[in-house]
Amino acid sequence: MFSSGKNMYDIEISDLRKLIQLVKDKYDYDFKDYAMSSFKRRIKRIIELYKFDSVDALVEKLTHTPSFFEEFVSEVTVNVTEMFRDPSFWVVVRDEIIPNILSSHNKISIWHAGCSSGEEVFSMQILLEEMGIRDKSHTVATDIDTAIINRAKNASISQKNMELNTSNYERYQGKYVLDKYFSKNKDRYHFNQDILSNVSFRKHDLVKGQVFSKFDIVLCRNVMIYFNQTLQNSVLKTLHESLFKYGFLCIGSKESLIWCDISNKFSVINNEEKIYKKSRD
Amino acid sequence: MFSYSKLSNKYKAIVIGGSAGSFQPITQILSGLPESFPLPIFLCLHRLKHVRNGFVEALSIKSVKPVLEPHDKESIKRGNVYLAPANYHMSVELGNSISLSTEEMVNNSRPSIDITLESAAFSYKDKLIGILLSGANKDGALGMKRIKERGGLTLVQDPEECTIKTMPQAALESTEIDMSLSTKDIVKFLVELDRLYKVKHEKI
Ligand SMILES: C[S@@+](CC[C@H](N)C(=O)[O-])C[C@H]1O[C@@H](n2cnc3c(N)ncnc32)[C@H](O)[C@@H]1O
Repeated sequence: MFSSGKNMYDIEISDLRKLIQLVKDKYDYDFKDYAMSSFKRRIKRIIELYKFDSVDALVEKLTHTPSFFEEFVSEVTVNVTEMFRDPSFWVVVRDEIIPNILSSHNKISIWHAGCSSGEEVFSMQILLEEMGIRDKSHTVATDIDTAIINRAKNASISQKNMELNTSNYERYQGKYVLDKYFSKNKDRYHFNQDILSNVSFRKHDLVKGQVFSKFDIVLCRNVMIYFNQTLQNSVLKTLHESLFKYGFLCIGSKESLIWCDISNKFSVINNEEKIYKKSRD
Repeated sequence: MFSYSKLSNKYKAIVIGGSAGSFQPITQILSGLPESFPLPIFLCLHRLKHVRNGFVEALSIKSVKPVLEPHDKESIKRGNVYLAPANYHMSVELGNSISLSTEEMVNNSRPSIDITLESAAFSYKDKLIGILLSGANKDGALGMKRIKERGGLTLVQDPEECTIKTMPQAALESTEIDMSLSTKDIVKFLVELDRLYKVKHEKI
């Protein structure tokens, strides 16, 4: 039974199935293989945010109001991100991975799969800029969430989030101070767009699994944790196909390839930072 | 009050939440567990967001059972202690695995105790024991309520014994908690519980 008010009710799996089916039939997005625990919390959050009184009411809204769908996708996905998240990871990328690629190529191509509001992309561009090789790079950054891609393009960060970004950058031991890359306007920090000149942001759904190019590095960090193992396996196949042989795959610090079907096509480069190399086609 | 009547071998898992002042009781619990303790234990303790290393090692030294920070979708094994990693929420997923997530902070915390407790209650229903220890905020109160609603057993560290009693107190105010116990009695409870599982095995 539903009663209104924060946190008063719990959602059952059968409610979620109905919702997922509608979204699939009407909008051709498939959330069936998202991890149930977090997906359920997202739906609960949407219900509270928009003051629906049940999952059925949300289904009703999505049935009759296509314009609501984009907002739905935005809320159902988890966009929390940081610049230089896990500073020790970025140190390894700077000191080992990029030099390794440049020892055999003179250009470097990068894909951020699930880039959210762009913090990970900004971090990589700063890293390349500080190494003096940004002009040798080409980057594609994608996400399923149109609204968040627009935010990434806008590249504006709130004061509140800048504190964490700054302390991560300091731990990473960047060359300068992070502020150097931003101009401040009231309580927002605008990332210097010049540094994004070699980046293109696009919409792409990892569930559909389309391979659109090949890359030297693919970063897909803290994205697959929202998927169940079935979907993780199929997404990893897509990522594998999108890498040049001996290209690098970077996943989140608490993700693992151990259980996936194609783990034998990757070798571990850095287990602590979860960096792998495509060792077989 | 310690009550033997609450003991049963129907339980499949234990989930423990703690915050400020919980390090001492949690190490007392982990070091007092019998080696044969058969249930998985999920531990959600508030911790520094950006310190990835050190904590699990500190708990491991004291613990009889292995303590690990799970990877996403790691499968749950009996007798293991799973500690929520820094800066991730930890949930029990249907199908006997663990999910991690970077969702927004809950009660100003990531990991949040409410999230671990609620997801565990959803998966284990009445076969779950929830334990809430010392802490300075109200995280966990809602999770304990969910455990109770689904028929699980709820224990809190006796507020009188807590370094900071806000957390167990909040649970006591919002839910009819089954037992409020000293750490020593929590350990005793778990030891007695272990004995029941042994009896069961001997009979089979
Ligand atoms: C938690 S963020 C990760 C951001 C960044 N990579 C990091 O580690 O900080 C997860 C992102 O994955 C995106 N995502 C979720 N499902 C997706 C899908 N099917 N295809 C592409 N992106 C997806 C979400 O929109 C969200 O922006």
